[in-house]
Amino acid sequence: MGERIRDEIRYAFPRTVPVMVGYLFLGMAYGILMHVNGFGFWWIFAISTLVYAGSLQYLGVTMLTSLVHPITALFMSLVLNARHLFYGISMLGKYSTVKERKPYLIFGLTDETFSVVCHEQVPKNLNADHVYFWITLLDQIYWVTGSVLGAIAGSFITFDTTGLDFALTALFVVIFVDQWKQKDGHGPAVLGVAATVGCLWIFGQSAFIIPSMVLIFAVLGFQYKRNGKEERT
Amino acid sequence: MRPEFMRELLIVAAMIAGTLVTRFLPFLIFPAGKATPRFVDFLGKTLPFATMGLLVVYCLKGVQLLAAPHGAPEFLAVLVIVLLHRWKSNSLLSIGAGTVVYMFLVQTVFQ
Repeated sequence: MGERIRDEIRYAFPRTVPVMVGYLFLGMAYGILMHVNGFGFWWIFAISTLVYAGSLQYLGVTMLTSLVHPITALFMSLVLNARHLFYGISMLGKYSTVKERKPYLIFGLTDETFSVVCHEQVPKNLNADHVYFWITLLDQIYWVTGSVLGAIAGSFITFDTTGLDFALTALFVVIFVDQWKQKDGHGPAVLGVAATVGCLWIFGQSAFIIPSMVLIFAVLGFQYKRNGKEERT
Repeated sequence: MRPEFMRELLIVAAMIAGTLVTRFLPFLIFPAGKATPRFVDFLGKTLPFATMGLLVVYCLKGVQLLAAPHGAPEFLAVLVIVLLHRWKSNSLLSIGAGTVVYMFLVQTVFQ
């Protein structure tokens, strides 16, 4: 392994450790869930590699066992993953200068990978494109490894795993607390929580995500327009 | 081959297609090299914060506030995570402890 690659991975790896914990746990839980529902190693490996979207894969267990129409599956995927549009837009600036391996960076832009790379400032002596690549690849390796381990270990697990999936919530809460330390993010952070809680209350559990996003977009758009006016006057 | 096999393959294909569309669409609409509109830059600076708020609520969407235990395990576990994380700033510790506390609460205290 070249020294350059080693330096890149040495820089990237510590940043992915929280994701490693979350992904190994959640991946294993996913593997166990699939295993219990009769889908073996190759299904789990292929889906974790090619779909690579945690919450959709969990939903996918239900879709596979109830054999929904593929069009329904497509629609559900688009709706549940619509939040990725937010990540993409947030990463446009940062990834605009990336020359190498960009398709993979976009393919692997999960919730967790986004949360790591969105505030990442790579030192000048390292190739930023490569660091983003290693962060993205390491995260996917954790996810695939976790789910495959779940497939293998499924039948050996004896302790009660109820509540294990709370690791995902814990991960997002931790990221939220980290982001809260940046003062200029308080407004949008509160907006994100308030808009989503409001929409959950109005639209219910099965239909609140899209209205929440529309509302967040609308409020941010309104703020942007108002700021523009203040600048001109 | 089981009769459901083709259906299952198509479902997985749909999941792959749906995910690819949502991940690649922003980059196809706003290609690199072209200056992104100022509003999009503004969204890039504010959306990550709003999105994380949205995701926290999304994870807690199933909590029943009106029925017992009124979201107590979730509330206590989140409280542990927030306090622990503000104190130690160790993501690993905060996530691990929060998950263990939650598992303990739902398996023993609030069954």
